[in-house]
Parts: sequence; structure tokens; C-alpha cells
Amino acid sequence: MTLLEIKDLYVSINDKELLKGIDLTIDKGETHVLMGPNASGKTTLVLTLLGYPTYKITKGRILFRGEDLTEKDITQRAKLGIALAYQTPPEVRGVKLRDILIFIAAKSSGDSDKEEKATSFLQRVGLEPTSFLPRDINVGFSGGEKKRAELAQIFAMRPELMILDEPDSGVDIDSLRLIGREIRKVVEELKSGVLAITHHRHILQYLKSNLCHIIYDGKILVSGPPEEIVPSVEELGYEKYIKRLRLK
Amino acid sequence: MHSRIHEIKEAAESAKDKKGTYGPDIDLSQYKKNATPHPYEEKLGSFGPEESDKLTAVGIDISQDQRSGTFLLKDQSVIHCRTKQDGLEVLSMKEALDRYQWLEEYWWKAVSVDADKYTAQAELSLNDGYFIRSYAFAKSLSPIQACLYMGVENLSQNVHNIIIAEEGSELHIITGCATAPYVLSGLHIGISEFYIKKGAKLTFTMIHNWGRDVMVRPRSAAIVEEEGIFLSNFACLHPVRSLQLYPVTRLVGQGAIARFHSILLATPGSDLDTGARVFLQAPQTRSEIITRAISTGGKIMARGHLIGEVPGIKAHLECMGLLLSEKGGIHAVPELEGKVGGVDMSHEAAVGKIAQEEVEYLMARGLSEEEATSTIVRGFLDVRIEGLPPSLQEELSRVIKQSEKALM
Repeated sequence: MTLLEIKDLYVSINDKELLKGIDLTIDKGETHVLMGPNASGKTTLVLTLLGYPTYKITKGRILFRGEDLTEKDITQRAKLGIALAYQTPPEVRGVKLRDILIFIAAKSSGDSDKEEKATSFLQRVGLEPTSFLPRDINVGFSGGEKKRAELAQIFAMRPELMILDEPDSGVDIDSLRLIGREIRKVVEELKSGVLAITHHRHILQYLKSNLCHIIYDGKILVSGPPEEIVPSVEELGYEKYIKRLRLK
Repeated sequence: MHSRIHEIKEAAESAKDKKGTYGPDIDLSQYKKNATPHPYEEKLGSFGPEESDKLTAVGIDISQDQRSGTFLLKDQSVIHCRTKQDGLEVLSMKEALDRYQWLEEYWWKAVSVDADKYTAQAELSLNDGYFIRSYAFAKSLSPIQACLYMGVENLSQNVHNIIIAEEGSELHIITGCATAPYVLSGLHIGISEFYIKKGAKLTFTMIHNWGRDVMVRPRSAAIVEEEGIFLSNFACLHPVRSLQLYPVTRLVGQGAIARFHSILLATPGSDLDTGARVFLQAPQTRSEIITRAISTGGKIMARGHLIGEVPGIKAHLECMGLLLSEKGGIHAVPELEGKVGGVDMSHEAAVGKIAQEEVEYLMARGLSEEEATSTIVRGFLDVRIEGLPPSLQEELSRVIKQSEKALM
């Protein structure tokens, strides 16, 4: 069953064209990896999917379970089941991690056990609830703690589509293992679709990924099996890999 | 001593027309000088439901269950005054002055009677006020509450309070200042002199809730001795025409501490000019002035002035301002004045709109734009105050929560 369908998508910000005809389809339960150098359009694609109003769709469509997302705002898309784990989430001073987890838990599982749920989602990602629940969101968190807190929140949302923006950057080996395993568990449990942005193969050990896409200058240059593409990119670097691709 | 009283009167006379340094000038003659007296109430029972709500909104517990003492001034009459705990004392100012000759030593000692026409009027046309004291080494189990209430239109209420925390004692006070729900205008002048003795701790939490056109001119000052702690909290989250205060604290003893927290909201038509000034005059003294200000269309001037006079002091000033409207404005004026080397003084100020990035982040978790905005604003106001008893922290949180409706 098709979960996400992006058709010939063009996106501009302040009249600067950042995405130039993206086509991408993710089925339920599938994991796709998106790779590309800095400023290639990865974040633009992610935030356009989320519904950030500064990203203007000038052409093309995004369908989620067959429904056109164009007119839906960020909240509506979150409610439809699209959840993003941010690469660098903002600090929200004064708002407790507990507040947001309880809010999410209440939406997804009702009022009865929201407190318990909030606690359990933190435990799943290895954050000690007693110390993290009362903390302001992301304020004073280490890089790894931010990643884990992001995952706790999107797990709580029980997403249909998880977008993971570099879940592995700035994370040590142990954390990576924990994060990878938990993502996999959630995917298996919920049959969520996943769009994961990464630059490294390590996280892919844990995600059973179906397809890898290389994005460059707002276009997807190639899509193929991750086990073929990822090692080549790691070996050559984006620039050489793309040059070689163009020579073929 | 009589000569001092005489000097005070003379000084007040001389300052009768002296304009305040800050805030718009007020024509004192336009307010009623006298109010109909109210009878004393053994048990507080004369307030109707709406008035009771207003009192609750400024932290006053009418049942008095959670309080170790109560003082209530209605218009110009003391209608209730009692102490429930040994070692603490709550008296009306007039009674205290009659009872204690020595109190003259504290009278206009921290605040200058000739500071401006408001201090002058408080002396020349004093209605009353409260005297609250904790005896040496006494510890207040629950807060003492004091309420200054105006129930008639266009009245001038002139109050003078003295608060003494004797050596080694611990005293917690919550003061609620309010007008009746139907009162729109009036003038409140409140002199408060705080004396925190050696090793004593005083927390003073003041909550204002006035009528739309009320003018407010508190004039207060504190003297903190060796190892004394003065924690002063102020919340003004409802409309008021003009409120101007700039209390002065002198940390005169080694290791004395003063911390100020202000939580301000200016609605359209409100003009708040507030701040705190602290002189750090002894070694190892510390001070912190923290302000959270929100404008939904009114004006806020957030001042702060820290003066480091000896080496080894530490002081910090912080003002965070949130503009929720295109109108009004917030003006932060932080001043640091180091007079010698070896002082550690810093400040941090930020004024701006809500960060769109934060709103969008919360929306991505499923909150609507309004929910995200109100959550952030609530978080902005939810200040945890170190050293404040939990019951008062709760009281403050409750007051803030109640005012959130006005914000959205």
C-alpha cells in the first residue's frame, strides 16, 4: 500500500528554487534512505513534507495515503501520522519534556495512562524519566540526548511515516545501537514507513532499508539498493560518486 | 526623637510637589482623600463572591487556613489583623507605632520621605499599613498574608508598611494588592521598608491586580545585614493605567543576598515602569534581578541597576521580554556599575517575538498553532524561584495560570 507519493515536486524559498522535480514513493512498512551533500535539498524536502509554510510548492504534489497534503498545515500533517525527528531541534525554554510527551500520549492513547506512557517512551530511548521529564525541551541536552528525546516524542506519536533527519550524527556507538534497535522495533510494531537521512552506513545495520536515493542540486540522481550505493558513497565521497555517476 | 519626627514632617512638606523621577506625573488632588470607614471583622465575611475571587486572584486565602497571619486594609480601614503563630507579629502600622517607641528608628529609615510627592503624601496623609515582624530565630511555618484593597472609585490609598525579620528568623509574606472588580480608577501609594537582620531570611511575594485606570506608586527599600537573604517576587498580570516602582536594596553585611523576580504583563493601555536597584556594599554579597515581561499591547520599562562597591561581590541582571502584539513595547534598561576591581557583574537581556521555530516544532508534534503559542508563553512565565516555599510557588503558578486567559 502506498503511503507517501511525491510527484514532480518543485519547491522554492524566497524565489530560489531548491527542489527541482522530486519523485519518490514510499510504501507502508518500507524504509528509504536519503543521502546527499550539504545544501542538496534534503532538509528542504523534509520540511516541505512537514508543511513548513516558508517552503513554497511551485509545482507537483505530495500525497499521503492518497490524500493531497498541499493545503494541510504542520499540525494536520502531524495528526495524519507524519513525524519528524529533527536533526537539530530547537530549545524550547519553559516547556517541559513531560508536557509535550503527555500531550502526545493523551492524543494517541487517551487520558488514562498518559503519565505512564510518557515515562515509558523515555525509558525506551534510554533517558532516565525522573531527570528528563522535568527538563525544558532540549535545553542543556547533549547531542545524543537530543536525538533520543526526539525519538521518544515521535515514537509516542505512533507515526505512519517516520522521517529521521540524521538520527546518527553526533551519537556514540552505544547510543547508535540503542537508537537503531528501537527504531527497528517501532517500525516492526507499527509497520511505519521510514525516510531516513544519513551520511553513514552504521545506522543502516539496524534499519532494514529497501531503497537508497542520492539527492543532488534538488533532484534525485539515483535510486537503488542501499548495500550498493552506500559503500560507494562512503568510499568516494559525494562529489566523486556523482561525477562517476554522470560519466556512466 | 521628637525632633526627628518633626524633621520628617518638614521634609515631607518640602517634597509635596516634587515629581517622581520615573513614570508619568499624577495630579494627586483629583483623588478622594477620605473613605467611609469600615468596621473591623473578627472573621472575614463581608466580601461578595466576585470580590472574593479577586482576593483569591492576588493570593489571599480568606479562610486563612494556610496562613500564619493576616492583615487586611480595605480602603483606609484595617478590617482584619491577626497572628496565628508564636514568634510572628502582625499589627496595623498605627497600632505598632503606638506600642513600640523604638519603631521610630525604622520609620523612613530605608526610604527617604522627601523622595517625591508620593512619599510626601504617604507621610502627610497616612491611612495606615502593616507592621510584620518575625522575632529572633523564629521560623514562619506558613506565609503571612497582607492585603491592600480599594473598594471605592477614585480613592487615594496611602499606606506605609514596615517589615522586620529579626536575627536568624525566617519570614514569608504574600501581599495582594487589588481593587474591587467594579472599581476602575484610584491611586495607591505604598511605602514598604524591609529590614533583614543578621542571618535572617525574608521572602516577599507581591501580586497586583488593579482596575483599568488605577495609578500605582509603591516606594520601597530594604536593608539586608550579614548573611541575610531577601527574596522579592512581584507579579503584575492585569490591566493598570500606570505602575511605577523602583525599590532600592542595600546589602550592608557580609554575605547578604537579594534576589528579585518580576513577572509582568502589559495589556493595551497599561504602562508598567518597574525595576530594582541593589547596592552591594559588603564583601561576598550577591544579587540577582530577573524579569519576565510580556506585552500584548501595553508598555513595559524594565529597569535594573546593580552597584558593586566592594571587591568579591557577584551580581546578575536578566530581562526577557516577549512581544505578542505589534503595538506597545518593552524597553529593557540594565545598568551595571562596578566601582572597584574584583567585582563579578553580568547582564543578559532579550526582547522579541515568540520564536517561530519553536511554534513550528511543537506543531510538528500535533499541537495547533494556538496551543503551541500558549504553551510557550506559559513556559515563559512559569518561573521557578529558588528558595521560595513550595506553597508560595504554587500560589504564584496559580495566579499566572489564571491570567493566561487574558493573554490569548
